[in-house]
Amino acid sequence: MHIVVCVKQVPDTKIIKINPKTNTLDRRSAPAILNPYDAHAVQEAVKIKENTGGTISVLSMGPPQATAVIKKSIEIGADRGFLITDRAFAGADTLATSYALSKALERINKEIPVDMVICGKHAIDGDTGQVGPGIARRMDIPPVTNVIEVSEVNQKEKTVLIKRKLTSGYELIQSEMPCLLTVEKEINGIEYSPMPNMIKAARYEPIIWAVSDLENVDRTQLGLKGSPTIVGKMFTPPRPEGGKRLEGSADEQVGQLMEVLMEKRDLLTMQSSK
Amino acid sequence: MPEKFDVIIVGAGPAGTSCALTCAKNGLNVLLIERGEYPGAKNVMGGVLYRKQMEELIPEFWKEAPLERPVIEQRFWMMDKESVVQFGYKGLEWAVEPYNNFTVLRAQFDQWFANKAVEAGALLINETVVTECIVENGKVVGVRTDRPDGEIFADVVVLADGVNSLLSKQLGFHKEFRPDEVALTVMEVINLPKEKINDRFNLEDNQGCTIEIFGDSTKGNLGTAFLYTNKDSLNIGVGTTLSSMIKAKLKPYELLDYLKNHPMVKPMLAGGESAEYLAHLIPEGGYRSVPKVAGNGVIVVGDAAQLVNAIHREGSNMAMHSGLLAAESILEAKSRGDFSEASLNIYREKLFDSFIIKDLEKYKDAAHTFEKYPQYFNDYVPMMNKAMSKFFTVDGTPKREKQKQIMKNVTAEKGTLKVLQDIYRAWKAVK
Amino acid sequence: MNLDDYRGVWVFIEQNDSKIEGVSLELLGAGRKLADKLQVPLAGFLLGHDVKPLANQVISFGADVVYVIDHLVLKHYRTESFMKGVMLLAQKYKPEIILYGATPNGKDLASAVATDLSTGLTADTTMLDVDVENRLLEASRPAFGGNIMATILCKKHRPQMATVRPKVMKALDPDSSRLGKIIEEKIDLKEEEMRTKVLQIVNDVTKKANLADAHVIVCGGKGMGDFQNFQLIHELAETIGASVGGTRDVVEAGWLPHEQQVGQTGETVTPKIYFAIGISGAIQHVVGMKNSEFIIAINKDPNAPIFDVATYGIVGDAMEIVPKLIEQFKQLRSEKGGEISYA
Ligand SMILES: Cc1cc2nc3c(=O)[nH]c(=O)nc-3n(C[C@H](O)[C@H](O)[C@H](O)COP(=O)(O)OP(=O)(O)OC[C@H]3O[C@@H](n4cnc5c(N)ncnc54)[C@H](O)[C@@H]3O)c2cc1C
Ligand SMILES: Cc1cc2nc3c(=O)[nH]c(=O)nc-3n(C[C@H](O)[C@H](O)[C@H](O)COP(=O)(O)OP(=O)(O)OC[C@H]3O[C@@H](n4cnc5c(N)ncnc54)[C@H](O)[C@@H]3O)c2cc1C
Ligand SMILES: Nc1ncnc2c1ncn2[C@@H]1O[C@H](COP(=O)(O)O)[C@@H](O)[C@H]1O
Repeated sequence: MHIVVCVKQVPDTKIIKINPKTNTLDRRSAPAILNPYDAHAVQEAVKIKENTGGTISVLSMGPPQATAVIKKSIEIGADRGFLITDRAFAGADTLATSYALSKALERINKEIPVDMVICGKHAIDGDTGQVGPGIARRMDIPPVTNVIEVSEVNQKEKTVLIKRKLTSGYELIQSEMPCLLTVEKEINGIEYSPMPNMIKAARYEPIIWAVSDLENVDRTQLGLKGSPTIVGKMFTPPRPEGGKRLEGSADEQVGQLMEVLMEKRDLLTMQSSK
Repeated sequence: MPEKFDVIIVGAGPAGTSCALTCAKNGLNVLLIERGEYPGAKNVMGGVLYRKQMEELIPEFWKEAPLERPVIEQRFWMMDKESVVQFGYKGLEWAVEPYNNFTVLRAQFDQWFANKAVEAGALLINETVVTECIVENGKVVGVRTDRPDGEIFADVVVLADGVNSLLSKQLGFHKEFRPDEVALTVMEVINLPKEKINDRFNLEDNQGCTIEIFGDSTKGNLGTAFLYTNKDSLNIGVGTTLSSMIKAKLKPYELLDYLKNHPMVKPMLAGGESAEYLAHLIPEGGYRSVPKVAGNGVIVVGDAAQLVNAIHREGSNMAMHSGLLAAESILEAKSRGDFSEASLNIYREKLFDSFIIKDLEKYKDAAHTFEKYPQYFNDYVPMMNKAMSKFFTVDGTPKREKQKQIMKNVTAEKGTLKVLQDIYRAWKAVK
Repeated sequence: MNLDDYRGVWVFIEQNDSKIEGVSLELLGAGRKLADKLQVPLAGFLLGHDVKPLANQVISFGADVVYVIDHLVLKHYRTESFMKGVMLLAQKYKPEIILYGATPNGKDLASAVATDLSTGLTADTTMLDVDVENRLLEASRPAFGGNIMATILCKKHRPQMATVRPKVMKALDPDSSRLGKIIEEKIDLKEEEMRTKVLQIVNDVTKKANLADAHVIVCGGKGMGDFQNFQLIHELAETIGASVGGTRDVVEAGWLPHEQQVGQTGETVTPKIYFAIGISGAIQHVVGMKNSEFIIAINKDPNAPIFDVATYGIVGDAMEIVPKLIEQFKQLRSEKGGEISYA
């Protein structure tokens, strides 16, 4: 069983702040981290491997520093990691990203055939959730998104049983392998890595590829050139007039509040409370 | 069989990292263990980094290190309720290489610094808490961490785990601090646009200013406050000994709020946005509290060894230097193949020969003096303010007259002899 | 490609066992505006099994045309089968804009289709407009961090596609007298060629949105006094279908699990509506919620810092105000026989 997990380095949105004046990201002291969903993706691969054995590879596209998220994945239990990094990848939107990653996957697949690709549900910086299905299409394998449980990996039949989260509830899917999954956080809890993993990770040197290391790449599909979408303009959404105090008796105040809330009524779902 | 390292260093602060860097540079097999998400994640300091000791470790570090501003002006404020007496020094010689010292944000600096140790060959492991030293027949042989299969072994374990140093307490190197041995300091990082900072502190771009505040900043408790300039934020903090905090039933946050709203301080912060709030202890026992620093297979460095100069708020520099001395001692011990207490104690000697203990010794009475005689903060600061106010108020009185009057008021309030005593005591404490 | 070959605004009509998802109706409302500006027809496309009867509802909510592909293999949503259907329609009729609801299925489908059409797709849009002369879809979404918006354009590729967050666009009032065209397309799909099988679908509505994704959060502080009174927070939240949050002090008091802590050492949240009840507004809390769109603070201390970040502030006793609020909402619900909700 060979599982490839796609992992992305993202700035920690918990710490990141936006300078209200310039509207620019204030990256001071915001460390780059492994996209939280991807951590769960790696963890799930480790859980699967416990039953099936095999190899877990992680793949990331990003700047040279992104080796950090590969090391992090090794801590969680991945066996090896690839970073594709190259000026030519810069400025990629989700379409160009899935193209570049699928090209790297092609090469990985040549060396050891891939049975399953796992991505996070989305990356917390872009949070589009589009790269996963994109990769699946390019590899022509079935994507199953929003996965909350993987069971019964059958290596002989090459099938896997998957719970997929829906807006309300879930569905049970059987998919052929190879397939691509994108996972929700709730699929597992991140285990506290044992010390030997930590030391292995600290020592680990990721395998680094540039475009030239990938085969039959159409450069026009890479990076900015290969990205159909562009950012038109950035602007601050009209902020509600701050700090208004409601006046009057409790009832009057509640009354006024209800009025403003009714403008937003469609956000409020009035179920009967238990 | 878990693997064995030459050195395990607990804590990737200035002390631990400088020790790791020096050991690794000299070919030792080093494991550096940090509990934070990354080095510096939770570390606090007002933010003045002193050039000298850093340069011993990384020449011309200012060319690449993530520094905020080189400090070209240091001000001292004697603050009363609605006034302040200031003095200080501003020198452009500090605005050019090699500079004097810098403001830093630890979250970035520690990360960068630790990475230097990694580049030198040390292994860094984050998010891992060392729970205890593994002791076998009287000798520390490794550490136990909170991770599964978490035991690792080494010839020497260096405790750089900061002021609380549970680990050296466990080894019985020092006991719980007395409340008068540690200051609780709270600080906030306040975002403020570069231009505003430059205007308010009258600085060019990339010039820094530090203000040390005495008097009303601590509501008359023993302690000091500070206001430092970063690139586009300010560090403001205030600290006082745990003992006086307990005595006055103060909440640290109240103290900081009080300072932030002080009429002399508020305008400096106006329009700023609080980015982070941090609280931390500084050991202030000085010379009197330096604990045992070496044992069989173990060495203690930095805050863990109480190496902070409370008066000049120096610590990171002492931490770094002690880390360096520890590394040298370990290398010597290695060449002797002997990591016993006797062998590692050269570290203690090096420490006592260095500026660190000399300074601590010099100031050993300061904290106690000020704690015992609160009048320094409670009486003299206001007195000084009154005096200045009188002196500068233009009311037709000839200046010589004024000076007479001022002295009269001062001695009237205290009595000449007492004033002289106090002044002498203070002078003895800090000079 | 010749961009002028592409005309018309399309909306993916997502249905689950023959019930149209609310977001699809909202998108018909939004799409209508775009289509009118561009002076082109608005179309909905509907895939599934026995879904044709839904076509009229699609028209009544604003569509001029409804494309229907009806096939047993399309009974349940599956990326591979549905995308084949959309590819067939898109390549044949060449719309210039396609909108999808940002639901699990909508996002999944849009991502796959965008890849095969190698065109641009903007995710989780919250504002839609068109630049008429260039016929450009202006799809705006929160750039990350929360309080800046980015407008995404797709200049050189068609169709221009976007997924749109539920509950941000307005559905039109249905008009059963509206007329429209229904066009059926045949597709050749074989179950045995499908690589995925849906074995079972389980509905459970009990699953509450977690704080990070919640549109509405009711957050309570130490000011609620004790565990008992804190239940008011839960009750209000339940009444309006919101998620519950708390301050650190509340979590430390054991009134809530840590996952529900908002602030510096808890979750950072940016809901559309945030109730801060009995919360002083310490910076460590505020950094975690100040980017919420609409903040309502209830606090008995007029000087509580929370009021500085609040859109509306009520100075008063939560024990008095909150029950009144709950009362009002319950009343409203019974009157209106339940607000339409798309949750
Ligand atoms: C508010 C404030 C202002 C200050 N201002 C200045 C100043 O302006 N200039 C100056 O030079 N000094 C200043 N100091 C002092 C300075 O911060 C310290 O002296 C210096 O940080 C000491 O370095 P250290 O490496 O010994 O300890 P620390 O910097 O505290 O590092 C200890 C490290 O060990 C880690 N750790 C602790 N326990 C464990 C464990 N069990 N397992 C694993 N890791 C562990 C911690 O996470 C931390 O990273 C200030 C201190 C404070 C609190
Ligand atoms: C390092 C650090 C990290 C922290 N991280 C977080 C964090 O992530 N999240 C967080 O929330 N806090 C955090 N805190 C704690 C934070 O500083 C505050 O202590 C906390 O947010 C206060 O919680 P509170 O507002 O519920 O309680 P309080 O500050 O006690 O506020 C209670 C408020 O309720 C009002 N009130 C009382 N009775 C009533 C009534 N009947 N009706 C209406 N109003 C009433 C009072 O006027 C008061 O304003 C952190 C602190 C530190 C030091
Ligand atoms: N640059 C990248 N390198 C590796 N994997 C990525 C990258 N970008 C996105 N992914 C994967 O695609 C998932 C969804 O990302 P996104 O579509 O950007 O929200 C992530 O959780 C990753 O698993």
